[in-house]
Amino acid sequence: MFPELNNLLNTTPDRAEQGKLTLLCDAKTDGSFLVHHFLSFYLKANCKVCFVALIQSFSHYNIVGQKLGVNLTMARERGQLVFLEGLKSAVDVFFQPQEKPHPLQFLREANAGNLKPLFEFVREALKPVGSGEAGWTYPVLLVDDLSVLLSLGLGAVAVLDFIHYCRATVCWELKGNVVVLVHDSGDVEDEENDILLNGLSHQSHLILRAEGLATGFCRDVHGQLRILWRRPSQSTSQRDQSLTYQYKIQDRSVSFFAKGMSPAVL
Amino acid sequence: MLDSLLALGGLVLLRDSVEWEGRSLLKALVKKSALCGEQVHILGCEVSEEEFREGFDSDINNRLVYHDFFRDPLNWSKTGEALPGGPLGALRAMCNRTDLGPVTIALDSFSWLLLHLPCTTLCQTLHTVSHQDSCPPGDGSPVGKVHVLGLLHEELHGPGPMGALSSLAQTEVTLGGTMGQASARILCRRPRQRPTDQTQWFSILPDFSLDLQEGPSIESQPHSDPHIPPVDPTAHLTFNLHLSKKEREARDNLTLPFQFSSEKQEALLRPRPSQATSHIFYEPDAYDDLDQEDPDDDLDI
Repeated sequence: MFPELNNLLNTTPDRAEQGKLTLLCDAKTDGSFLVHHFLSFYLKANCKVCFVALIQSFSHYNIVGQKLGVNLTMARERGQLVFLEGLKSAVDVFFQPQEKPHPLQFLREANAGNLKPLFEFVREALKPVGSGEAGWTYPVLLVDDLSVLLSLGLGAVAVLDFIHYCRATVCWELKGNVVVLVHDSGDVEDEENDILLNGLSHQSHLILRAEGLATGFCRDVHGQLRILWRRPSQSTSQRDQSLTYQYKIQDRSVSFFAKGMSPAVL
Repeated sequence: MLDSLLALGGLVLLRDSVEWEGRSLLKALVKKSALCGEQVHILGCEVSEEEFREGFDSDINNRLVYHDFFRDPLNWSKTGEALPGGPLGALRAMCNRTDLGPVTIALDSFSWLLLHLPCTTLCQTLHTVSHQDSCPPGDGSPVGKVHVLGLLHEELHGPGPMGALSSLAQTEVTLGGTMGQASARILCRRPRQRPTDQTQWFSILPDFSLDLQEGPSIESQPHSDPHIPPVDPTAHLTFNLHLSKKEREARDNLTLPFQFSSEKQEALLRPRPSQATSHIFYEPDAYDDLDQEDPDDDLDI
């Protein structure tokens, strides 16, 4: 986790809010550093994490996680982390007989299916077991990422329904958090992705948007992060806040600074 | 105008966006209806019942009837708890009620219904519900007044469904704002009257009561200070930007070197006889080897 990002979000692993949906999106840049941040953040907060990783392999997240101070292998072994490795298990749908539907069963269906088997996998992974287990604080669902589900043939409404059910179970029933990543297609006209992104934006409590700089690539400033808080639960008189920072990704950390205040130009 | 929206009757559409959310205004209008003594039904598809009831005090909560379509809208849990017929079934059931009191139905949200149901079905049901009081059924029994309002997320739908719902609505409220201040643009179409369009600035207090405001204060708007005069950049220069009269005359009298005037033409045509032949003056260097002999002497031409 990146301490500077925790400061910007005004949160620490000990006193993070519960029952929230956080939307990560990226436009013209790679926002996966945010996924690594939240993965290590919630593992350090002693939460039970279900990670639906459809983009990269387990070892990729493990290597980055070690740089950020968490060991995914150990977390998986002691039951804190439930990892669905999409790249590997997608092949199992075709080659291994399954009694109950595989989480990625939609890959076999000719018509646009739904994500009910995936939701049931998540619910099973995060349901609170009896009191004998080491007490995890609250459950967290992490998805990297949702745009690839659209590329695999699902409709935007099916993905929105899946997140709706995850919100109902994880956020409302189990008082946990959900963090999802969606890519913003930007200039490319992609109606389904726009419906997915806007639909999730309306449901989210916190939106983190990583954008590339409008002027192009830069060695010292890798992009710009927009933070938008929606639906403040305490007082509705406080309008939704929005902050913008620029960032530079280093080997083990990300440094944030106000726009135009990069150490390279000062 | 904003606080008397529901009194006009018919369908009220609250159009919101990601930046300016509309659920707090929906809750404020629901609270107003409840305080007027109406029965309020909420068809909740997007947020949980606890989250919707949060912020209301108990006497308002007692008047709200929440139909929960958030927990299991598609019946994935197969427990049979899901309300039969879905949200539209519940909506139609409210039409067939027998009591006469005015009722307010709040839909959270139209967008959820549009994404899951065909637009035509939704529009037909809304038309039936909202026009019920103006067309009493054939047996002459009186029907109570029905107010329907709901949230519509603007970015999620194309112009077709948005236009269809707009044409059904008597009142359309579009949320926006500037500089942290929320505004509502209210477009009101009453039968046999000209449509009205006005903008109202407002804010929602923590207890979901509506606070109408004048608009963003003038001092907070950035504007140029009238006490600082505009600076003239041509003053105090180190070089001359203008010509005096004498300088202008001298400039006009100057002939340009490559301009072919008639004097030049005549000078070229008539060679001047007094022109002396040109001379070359040469100073020999110290190590220069000067030989007076003609090098071509031994040529036998």
